Amino acid sequence: MKSGVTKKEPISSRRRFFLDMARAVGLATLGGLTWSAYVDEVSASKLTLRPPGALKEEDFLATCIKCGMCVEACPFDTLMLAKPGENKPLGTPYFIPREIPCYMCPDIPCVPVCPTGALDIKSLKSEKKELDINEADMGLAVVDAENCIAFWGIQCDACYRACPILGEAITIEYSKNERTGKHAFMKPIVHANACTGCGLCERACVTEKAAIFVLPREVALGKAGDYYIKGWDKNDEKRLENTNSEHLKQKKDSKSVLDSLNSGMEGLY
Amino acid sequence: MKTLIYKHRYLILRRFTQVLVMALYIIANVYGINILMGNLSSSMFLGLIPLSDPYAVLQMFSAGAILTFDIIIGALIIMTFYAIVGGRVFCSWVCPVNMITDLANYLRRTFGFNQIQKKQPASRNIRYWVIGLSLIISFVLGITAFEFISPISMMHRGIIFGLGLGWAAMLVIFLFDLFVLKNGWCGHICPLGGFYSLVGRFSLIRVKHDADKCTACMECKEVCPEMQVLHMVTKESIPVLSGECTNCARCIEVCDDDALIFSIRNKNNGEKNEIN
Repeated sequence: MKSGVTKKEPISSRRRFFLDMARAVGLATLGGLTWSAYVDEVSASKLTLRPPGALKEEDFLATCIKCGMCVEACPFDTLMLAKPGENKPLGTPYFIPREIPCYMCPDIPCVPVCPTGALDIKSLKSEKKELDINEADMGLAVVDAENCIAFWGIQCDACYRACPILGEAITIEYSKNERTGKHAFMKPIVHANACTGCGLCERACVTEKAAIFVLPREVALGKAGDYYIKGWDKNDEKRLENTNSEHLKQKKDSKSVLDSLNSGMEGLY
Repeated sequence: MKTLIYKHRYLILRRFTQVLVMALYIIANVYGINILMGNLSSSMFLGLIPLSDPYAVLQMFSAGAILTFDIIIGALIIMTFYAIVGGRVFCSWVCPVNMITDLANYLRRTFGFNQIQKKQPASRNIRYWVIGLSLIISFVLGITAFEFISPISMMHRGIIFGLGLGWAAMLVIFLFDLFVLKNGWCGHICPLGGFYSLVGRFSLIRVKHDADKCTACMECKEVCPEMQVLHMVTKESIPVLSGECTNCARCIEVCDDDALIFSIRNKNNGEKNEIN
């Protein structure tokens, strides 16, 4: 004050505290948002094929510790750990069937070494409590009927022959080739209840880009919904047993039904 | 020559253990000699003893994973080990990123970058915030959040299983430490280092300072990656008690007056009767 120039008051420690806290919280929010956006992006890859026995994808991502012991245990070098730049959840194990499929070892070496249970050995046991690789659910083979040459009428059963559960996971459907009049179509049909998603069919496929390929089940399978009932399936029909069928007996006059069908069309003509 | 080795005895030992750990993992993967299977996230020692990264396990827990017995035992073994020898012994004796950041720090010193930028603009407590954030994000997204961006796991996994684009992350850390912030990654941001700082708070092996021998050359502070832990240098004869000390022993090597040595901490944090 001596020189006449007003000296700036130093900020009180209370103000400094609030300022620092606000700054830290701001930075943390910024960092947290960027971070979670990145992690969410990376973990959203739906097309990753997991080793046998893998938990459901969301549980798998929480549980896998990325140690790579399944990769080391695999005798065929099928499994890899996702590297940066591969657009897959970083460090988690996956395989590319067209390159190296799962050869379905009977003792399933990749699973018991998993320390976290992200590869669940219980899910791979048969009813007799024995390890059974056929219980695996790595994915589901899907046939591209447009580009499968067997659907064109060319004789090829490479995928059928390559399938380790031949005759169950893939069967051949015979039908008459009307175009030539004297040949048969031998079309491969995949059965979801048996297919393990090992990818040996994809590996064996003769087309330039495989016309049969493995997708994760959640991607490959549709869902009909609860409101359709298979009348020819005893178990499915059981669902009707305890239903309240009042609304089926209810009489509706035909006029109101017609009106309801036609309503909403007024403005069209 | 002999003195050169003596002057770098701990550095040589440190590099040796870092490379040895890596080599054990690599021979397990490539040749199937299973002394140490897996990687730093989780491994199996001699096919019998599970070892797991406790911070990763904490994230798994926070993400809602069901923890197996093996994982919990593994994490406890590692925690106990570092709680005894010093938490951040992991950082300077095992972690592969340490080699990158040490190189950056070495280049900083040789090129004199430290003279240009004396005061560091960032708090060393950021790492504890990052721990908190990682646990929150893990909880919200149900994913081990830090493991998805961890350059430590990335690099270590990369060396064993193939690096992919991971080199870019390594380069970022190197450049960050070299040009932006002195000891930026290890000393300010890395939550694993922060986690081990907390684990090692009460560890037994400590660097001890002898103020009577100290000639105040400040070489130790120059070389220390966590120089705030050396606050007692020239002033008091006490051991370094902060968990943030990495026990890298660079200060011991660099001290020409033998004012710094490794010691075992005794019960009353004794100032007088230290066992050497």
